[in-house]
Amino acid sequence: MDIHEYQAKELFRAAGVPVPPGEIATSPADAEAIARKYGGMVVVKAQVHSGGRGKAGGVKLAKTPEEARKYAEDILGMEINGLTVHKVLVTPAEDIETEAYLGVLVDRKTQSAMFMVSAEGGVDIEDVAHNNPDAIRTFAVDPRYGILPHQALWLANTLYDDPSEMKQASKIVTQLYDAFVSSGASMAEINPLITTPSGEVKAIDAKVSIDENELFRRPKVAEMRDTSSEPPSETKAREAGLSYVKLDGNVGCCVNGAGLAMATMDLVKYYGGEPANFLDIGGSSNPDKVVSALEIITSDPNVKVILFNIFGGITRCDDVARGIVTAMKRIDIKIPIVIRLTGTNEELALKILADAGFSAYTSMDDVVEKAVELAGNA
Amino acid sequence: MAIFIDSDTKLVVQGITGRDGSFHTTQMMEYGTQVVAGVTPGKGGQFFEGPDGKKVPIFDCMDEAVDATDANTSVIYVPPAFASSAIMEAVDSGVDLVVAITEGVPVLDMARAHAFAHDRGVRILGPNCPGLLSPGKSKVGILPAQIVTEGPIGVVSRSGTLTYEAVFQLTSVGLGQTTCVGIGGDPLIGTNFIDCLEAFEADPDTKAIVMIGEIGGTDEQEAAEYVSAHLSKPVVGFIAGQTAPPGRTMGHAGAIISGAAGTAEEKMKAFEDNGIAVAKRPKDIVGLIQNALA
Repeated sequence: MDIHEYQAKELFRAAGVPVPPGEIATSPADAEAIARKYGGMVVVKAQVHSGGRGKAGGVKLAKTPEEARKYAEDILGMEINGLTVHKVLVTPAEDIETEAYLGVLVDRKTQSAMFMVSAEGGVDIEDVAHNNPDAIRTFAVDPRYGILPHQALWLANTLYDDPSEMKQASKIVTQLYDAFVSSGASMAEINPLITTPSGEVKAIDAKVSIDENELFRRPKVAEMRDTSSEPPSETKAREAGLSYVKLDGNVGCCVNGAGLAMATMDLVKYYGGEPANFLDIGGSSNPDKVVSALEIITSDPNVKVILFNIFGGITRCDDVARGIVTAMKRIDIKIPIVIRLTGTNEELALKILADAGFSAYTSMDDVVEKAVELAGNA
Repeated sequence: MAIFIDSDTKLVVQGITGRDGSFHTTQMMEYGTQVVAGVTPGKGGQFFEGPDGKKVPIFDCMDEAVDATDANTSVIYVPPAFASSAIMEAVDSGVDLVVAITEGVPVLDMARAHAFAHDRGVRILGPNCPGLLSPGKSKVGILPAQIVTEGPIGVVSRSGTLTYEAVFQLTSVGLGQTTCVGIGGDPLIGTNFIDCLEAFEADPDTKAIVMIGEIGGTDEQEAAEYVSAHLSKPVVGFIAGQTAPPGRTMGHAGAIISGAAGTAEEKMKAFEDNGIAVAKRPKDIVGLIQNALA
């Protein structure tokens, strides 16, 4: 789960990381009032779950409160990578002497939290990794001990020569790790970590992703979810316990299991179609879940056909077939539905579906070809 | 022969009295798995009623269960909040293999559990995995028994139902399996592709291997290099998620393209570059395996 910069900064502040003050504005008038309160120059920053905000014109330096108002007017409602900006963060501008990068993320290879630091901050760290990999240093934190003081100092030492800056940064490394662990993050990043002409080290940007599996025990973090930054269908799917990702095609897919769901989307593409979504309905034959899935898929006006692909393993095919038939009685679907069921008790399942008037298949390729054909004719 | 589990596997079920635990314990016993004990704290001294009137003793903790039964393997059907603790308890109890079925375990919990198991030389399979099945010998986890048959193919996969799909197609043309292993869809897993490839290479009955990967991470790329460096047996590969958008989690917590890394394209290329035959569709796996064995 991605959270906004201002929310990430709250988590950082709570852990002691030096972060400049800032307030959220949802209107140009608010932005002007906040700027007036701070006095001096402020930065108006789009709060949106997307990188490249600066390049898209979503970050502006305002010299006066009137200018802050004007920039807020431009930025609020702006679209950045398909996401609409509903909030801006207004924060006093800082004098920047140097910009560094400090981040920590879950690393698969070392199976631990891994720090990445680079003196080349303020730019996309993936670009640095690509163009100048030697400029990045990494350190895997032993989960048994957490980040130890000498390790934090070693990381800080790679960024700064000045003893005071080094000490401040070393403290920030530990504080960032605390924020990362205590919020259940999978990634926490300060880019840039700046030094000011007076020798202060500060985090002037913040980016955090939360591990979805942590949310059950972190209600305050869970409240940070901004549903306005995702399609309503994805919010609904999450509430229904379905894993769903909206895409741009017209073949609606309803599959049991994440791997099979991805393979089904790929096969739609293989046969010349475009999948409208990823949807994993899970191992259940519960008609309520099928109804929710169908409502979510059909809420997308692009969808021209619905494709079920169910492998009955432990879940028996006849149970799934009954679930589909029951669900169809409760919801009115105007577009064609094609169903593939295979595995345990498939003959019985096919009979149940045929009796209810559905076209059912046992081959994944046959049903996908049919779905692509129907979507093309629609 | 088989890998990781066989007829000598003596299994403890952690969470045996829960809904999933009790259902799958019955399924495993019906298949012939030696389920020797169950663990549910607070229910020690009771018995689990298996098929055909068989009774399985329940213990309060893993230590007691292993002491009393000499179990060598554990399977975990414990809710996410308690799963990493159950895994570490199993590791401490002296079993050799801990199979964690639970989906939704916080990733930082698993970082600790993996380090703990590594220190003690115990293998974890999963979490968020369907377990494993050595046809005719033993089944640990949730793989459906009726789709497998004994034979020469080793199957390893990050997915559940997609594996069933591939195994079912192999079985329907008479190509049986030595062992089918689901390594799990999480970012931090205990047993990876390379561990399974190494075990299949050492297993004399395995003649060819099917490796099913998906987007996210670089496990498949490293496995591909391992194949060209260390394997004498033919490997057929499939990658799910060619149409997945970057930056989105596709069901499995580990199935996410981060930036430009972890795409299906780069994984398929790594397979091809290292002599692994790549199936474009799940149904092509069978033909490629038949070619490899011919």
